[in-house]
Amino acid sequence: MNHSISLTVNGARRDFVLDDVRVTLLDLLRERLHLTGTKKGCDRGQCGACTILVDGKRINSCLALAISHDGADILTIEGVARGDQLHPLQAAFIAHDGFQCGFCTPGQIMSAIGMMREGQAGDDPERIRECMSGNLCRCGAYAGIVDAVREAQAGMDESNQRRSA
Amino acid sequence: MKQFEYVRPASVAEAVAAAARPGAAYLAAGTNLLDLMKGGVSRPDRLVDITHLDGLDRIERLADGSLRIGALVSNADLAHDAEFARCYPAVAEALLSGASAQLRNAATVGGNLLQRTRCAYFYDTASRCNKREAGSGCDARGGENRTHAVLGWSESCIATHPSDFCVPLVALDAIVEIEGRAGRREIALDDLHRLPGETPARETALEPGDLIVAVRLPPAAREFAAHARYLKVRERTSYAFAVVSAAAALRIENGRIRDVRLALGGVAARPWRARAAEDLLKGATPAKDVFREAARRALADAKPSGDNAFKIELARRIVVRALTLAAAGTPARIPALPASPLASTSGAIHA
Repeated sequence: MNHSISLTVNGARRDFVLDDVRVTLLDLLRERLHLTGTKKGCDRGQCGACTILVDGKRINSCLALAISHDGADILTIEGVARGDQLHPLQAAFIAHDGFQCGFCTPGQIMSAIGMMREGQAGDDPERIRECMSGNLCRCGAYAGIVDAVREAQAGMDESNQRRSA
Repeated sequence: MKQFEYVRPASVAEAVAAAARPGAAYLAAGTNLLDLMKGGVSRPDRLVDITHLDGLDRIERLADGSLRIGALVSNADLAHDAEFARCYPAVAEALLSGASAQLRNAATVGGNLLQRTRCAYFYDTASRCNKREAGSGCDARGGENRTHAVLGWSESCIATHPSDFCVPLVALDAIVEIEGRAGRREIALDDLHRLPGETPARETALEPGDLIVAVRLPPAAREFAAHARYLKVRERTSYAFAVVSAAAALRIENGRIRDVRLALGGVAARPWRARAAEDLLKGATPAKDVFREAARRALADAKPSGDNAFKIELARRIVVRALTLAAAGTPARIPALPASPLASTSGAIHA
């Protein structure tokens, strides 16, 4: 039996007919929309490379059935820059060498965007490390990742202060 | 993953009817179930998706002072609910010490209770496992078993229940509300998980079709807020299951322990309430010696199920440490590394 679902992906509404109910959000994004920025690392919820935002919250897209998320609003790494203007976290990852091979980077950045929205870590490096522990980096770029997230968080705090001043 | 039928019921009653059929399983976030299905460990014929049911995602304060947590509330939403964290700090700390932020955002309260053991032999379909396939044997018993059970295990199964959340919940006398074919009923969380005995495949008191709709904390659970901690030893700092954990909650009046709750995690097939230790502590002045004696009592029946004798001494020390930290007082903010024995311990003497 075929099932129909609609998603909003990076701001655009997308309709799908699912001929297999087993498809995950990760596979739907990669195979049907060819949004291959979201990476398939372990496919078992252990590495965080598939992290996306669903209704504003970061989750592992490999452990989410697409059919269960009818109507969801999804943000992937392809949707975070504004044209040629990088998201502050993307710019900070480049500035601080927050990656080597780059495979985990989309998941790291989506996770960090989710973390900043959750507002639990601030720019405390110990809390950032704890709040980012669901994203593995086998190149070991963790020091750069924490620096990048701290800078982006500080920049966001500053612009919030400017806005409220 | 095996093919399955997908059902999305419109009501709890429809869900129960759909899930009562053989081969059916409930789907909430699926963070554990999909992993098990990808590995061929769980092979349901039918998934009953309850995520769209109304009314199961609320946190409600009841008139009698109880707190009712809907089964679909996410682990993160519960832990970050300011009122919840203030009233039940050890539960919030336990939640934040589990899994990763991504998983906590998705995983639900009901799903946390019903998550399966992380015994590697249960996950490896090439191994014998009485829990996965009744009567096939237990390869963990003679295998890599340093993290396995030291309490309540049997020759059939030495697996542990992996939940952090359940440990302080059991300590605080949480109640599970269940909707089943015969209507609504409730049981103590302490009675939800079964010890393995000869039938480790039967893990809970739930019958076919039974749906956990809420977890309730009774009014007395709030009285421990000033002295409540969860402590968890892991093999890495974050994003790991407990080797051993403990929830300790004290009510201290005039320098004496008026009431106390103590439970252990990572040691048995269910969260392990340590009532004999609680009895000893009631009325005592909080101090190292009585904490040590309580720890001895809590582990009095423990025995190794393999290369894990160290867990018994580790559990004793974690009990003493958790009681010591609880007596020192709940910190104003959950530590940067929730439940970590490596976190700075302001004011508390190392146990």
